[in-house]
Amino acid sequence: MYTQALSTERPAAVSGPAEDPALLARFQARIDAEERIEPMDWMPRAYRQTLIRQISQHAHSEIIGMQPEGNWLTRAPTLKRKLQLAAKIQDEAGHGLYLYSAAETLGVSREELVGQLLSGKAKYSSIFNYPTLTWADIGAIGWLVDGAAIMNQIPLCRCSYGPYARAMILICKEESFHQRQGYEIMMTLARGTPRQRAMAQDALNRWWWPSVMMFGPSDKDSIHSDQAMRWKIKRFTNDELRQKFVDATVPQAQYLGLSVPDPDLRFDAASQHWLTGPIDWDEFWRVVKGDGPCNKQRLELRRTVHADGAWVREAAEAFAEKRRARRQAKAA
Amino acid sequence: MTEKLWPLYEVFLRPRNGLAHKHVGSLHAADDEMALQNARDVYTRRGEAISIWVVPSKAIIASAPNEREALLEPSTEERKPYRHPTFYDIPDEVGHM
Repeated sequence: MYTQALSTERPAAVSGPAEDPALLARFQARIDAEERIEPMDWMPRAYRQTLIRQISQHAHSEIIGMQPEGNWLTRAPTLKRKLQLAAKIQDEAGHGLYLYSAAETLGVSREELVGQLLSGKAKYSSIFNYPTLTWADIGAIGWLVDGAAIMNQIPLCRCSYGPYARAMILICKEESFHQRQGYEIMMTLARGTPRQRAMAQDALNRWWWPSVMMFGPSDKDSIHSDQAMRWKIKRFTNDELRQKFVDATVPQAQYLGLSVPDPDLRFDAASQHWLTGPIDWDEFWRVVKGDGPCNKQRLELRRTVHADGAWVREAAEAFAEKRRARRQAKAA
Repeated sequence: MTEKLWPLYEVFLRPRNGLAHKHVGSLHAADDEMALQNARDVYTRRGEAISIWVVPSKAIIASAPNEREALLEPSTEERKPYRHPTFYDIPDEVGHM
């Protein structure tokens, strides 16, 4: 679904002997020439560390992102909606797995990455620390959260690191289905009874600002955006992407006949952009730092599910062992 | 029971007959058969393939990027232009060749 915390932390701490300036220069020249970097190529340690962190945070976000949606799976209003939601959740798991394997090409193990999520050391997108209170939230997540994710992910398809860019191409193809199914849920509710309309409006009210914040801190507060841009890991700044999202989404809300919960929102004729009111960055930092409505619950459930799934992994190993033994007996 | 680290497999898909299998990513599995099943679940949720290959990553023998020059440079067009049709001037009157 999405990666955001990316620019909320200090650049990855990298220690070790100084790197050869000639190699560094050649690496930057390759990036500047739009060459892709592949796993076995030489790369600066900081580039590797930044990518490991970004890709794994992105993977963790996909995995945790299954929870708010899974909350409504058994209560979907129709069988059709249930099948659609199950397919979407399955995609999130798939996206997590594509991304973990992309991160592993940088020399980090799957166990280490999963361990970082379970221990609480790793971050994931803070949007998933908000609760899904009604069915309309499933519509709002698909429309807004996946819509914001697409804005962020399309440029990542041209990221300088080959395996990450390729994983993003697979993911972007599937995200489009996510956004459209979400918007269709919103359309159905918006055209429904007054209570259904109110539900849709309530979901927009609660998900609008967290979605706008998904692009991360404003450019003037973003810590390591510049380096990521120089390395062409990032192609647009947080504020540029946020503006694209707002410009695309406001007319979609108008089409639904719903109002965006921002009294200061206005269309600026000169720049041809929708301008939002001030963003509550205190809330953003609170949620990033662990104080969102569901941070604790999300992590606890992830740990429980991991522990409860241990028997499945053990059974798979036992079965693999049995198959090997049988094959050996036959060969003997 | 302590969990073993499952080996890594590379996944290749053939989108349809007439096309070669193409690398799409990797995954972990307890054995070959499960790798194939996992590849089905992870990489083909939308009819992306009519055939799947999974290959243990450690079975792939790869050329090293720093040997590229010695290994592959000699065959580039700059070095051996005469291996390419455009190297040869054929008068237009001869027609398409």
